[in-house]
Amino acid sequence: MTAPQVEVLLQTILSGLLLGGLYALIGIGMTLIMGVMKIINLAHGELMMVGMYIAYVLFSVFHIDPYLSIFIAAPALFLLGILLQKYLINPVLKVDAIIPENQVILTVGIGMVLSNIATIIFSSDYKTTPVDYATKAWYLSDIWKASPIELSLSLPWSVSFSFALMITGALWFFLTKTDMGKSIRATAQDKDAALLMGVNVERMRVVTFGLGSALVGSAGCLFIPIYYLYPDLGGQFTLTAFVITILGGLGSTVGAIVGGLILGVFESLTSTYAGMGWAPVGRFVIFLAALIFVPQGIMSLFTRKRFGK
Amino acid sequence: MPDVMPNIMLDIQHLNVFYGDVQVIWDVSFSVAKGEVVALIGANGAGKSTILKTISGIIRPAGGEIFFDSQPIHTRKAYSMVEAGLAHVPEARRLFVEMTVEENLDMGSLKGAARAGRSNTKEMVFDLFPRLKERRKQIAGTLSGGEQQMVAIGRGLMSLPSLIMFDEPSLGLAPILVREIFNVIKKIRGEGVTVMIVEQNVKQTLAVADRAYVLETGKIVLEGTGEALLDDEHVRKAYLGV
Ligand SMILES: Nc1ncnc2c1ncn2[C@@H]1O[C@H](COP(=O)(O)OP(=O)(O)OP(=O)(O)O)[C@@H](O)[C@H]1O
Ligand SMILES: [Mg+2]
Repeated sequence: MTAPQVEVLLQTILSGLLLGGLYALIGIGMTLIMGVMKIINLAHGELMMVGMYIAYVLFSVFHIDPYLSIFIAAPALFLLGILLQKYLINPVLKVDAIIPENQVILTVGIGMVLSNIATIIFSSDYKTTPVDYATKAWYLSDIWKASPIELSLSLPWSVSFSFALMITGALWFFLTKTDMGKSIRATAQDKDAALLMGVNVERMRVVTFGLGSALVGSAGCLFIPIYYLYPDLGGQFTLTAFVITILGGLGSTVGAIVGGLILGVFESLTSTYAGMGWAPVGRFVIFLAALIFVPQGIMSLFTRKRFGK
Repeated sequence: MPDVMPNIMLDIQHLNVFYGDVQVIWDVSFSVAKGEVVALIGANGAGKSTILKTISGIIRPAGGEIFFDSQPIHTRKAYSMVEAGLAHVPEARRLFVEMTVEENLDMGSLKGAARAGRSNTKEMVFDLFPRLKERRKQIAGTLSGGEQQMVAIGRGLMSLPSLIMFDEPSLGLAPILVREIFNVIKKIRGEGVTVMIVEQNVKQTLAVADRAYVLETGKIVLEGTGEALLDDEHVRKAYLGV
């Protein structure tokens, strides 16, 4: 490989990892919900869209930086998630319906309603939050004058990535070090055993849906400085989260992180070497490959095989 | 049952339980006094686990009443039982297999006094099962069957229960481990904890039990002291194979 070729490859992988970090955050939210409630939340991307519109309004009306809007959007989405779970999804979980997967269908409906509401309020125009640091970047040659290749690191992308990392770290702390976090994991692993331990399983479901929504809402705030926004954007991110959840092995948070990074890098590679329009195809290829070759999720490749569960 | 029994800890009255349309528990009544070890024995499918699950609130009875410490508990939420002092070590252990040994023990002590005394109780559990101390950071799903049973028992004890119910704690264990588990059960009763035990290992169970009930297809057919049942003709034929 010539130096320029190496440069392109490294730059592509770097961008892919940054994107992957954000994807991971989206995927973790869906994975948590999947683990505890055993349903795929197909309104996940739409919840992210809601988070993005919150950031957009805060920016354009109150001039609040999108990164700061996390502190408003995340609690707002937490609340929205709780309400959705408590008053829509939970009642449907309880009835024996003709279609067993009717909660999943319900989430599709919730997603449609959310994007329709967004269209009514904001029209279907593309929106952005033109922050003044949007095009700022760091260059490898700034710190290493003699570098044979040039790499750049966009400021908003790296800030978004760092936030994603911090949120993931905080979530890890919550899930492993607090009793409530452990109770959520316990509910995902064995609901009845959790009940016997005194876990209010029903409440854990509500909290988890809120938490998953807050996570994807935060991801929305991290995406908006580097992306554009329109009411139907949710669908593509629901699909992304779904692919990551499958890749990660339904319910594994570590799997979702690895899955997010893999998907980010793969999409970045397809857009560089096959053209922008091919990124969705890349996603689909990963999805099929995951279903066929690692149906248990990538983490199953690293953990000891066990029977039962 | 005689109403004269002193200090009744658990009192089951005319319990009827269904799975869908199928009735599996028929008018079952029995009681456990404070400090007793009471065994419930019966063949596969007799309904032993169903009774324990109904006591701990995972299944709702169609009829009958359950009193724990004189309080009706058959209408209580399942998750509030452990706080009331009732621990259930379920059949097949039901550990949180992706958590460490220590996290599993933590899950047993989420509320009240159990939460406050978590680290002390944990040391007590480690004294009871030194092997768990060595393996405290190991993922529960990777433990051996015997070790898993120790975690399940330890997790139950972590709630500082006044009554602990074991569902087939010796299932699938080597004889030496079975003996260890029964020794631990004796120690637990020595601490003043009331024990209810469901077992198919009839001989050893009757040896540690003060009293026992024999359950056949959802009905109690016999009751008596452990010793008396060990000598009972029907029990010897049906459960001891002699
Ligand atoms: N979830 C369920 N749905 C329908 N029937 C069930 C269910 N659980 C148990 N049963 C039935 O209820 C009866 C009693 O089951 P239970 O598990 O209480 O028996 P058991 O005495 O614990 O047996 P074992 O010694 O094999 O554990 C059995 O006939 C069983 O098939
Ligand atoms: Mg059983």
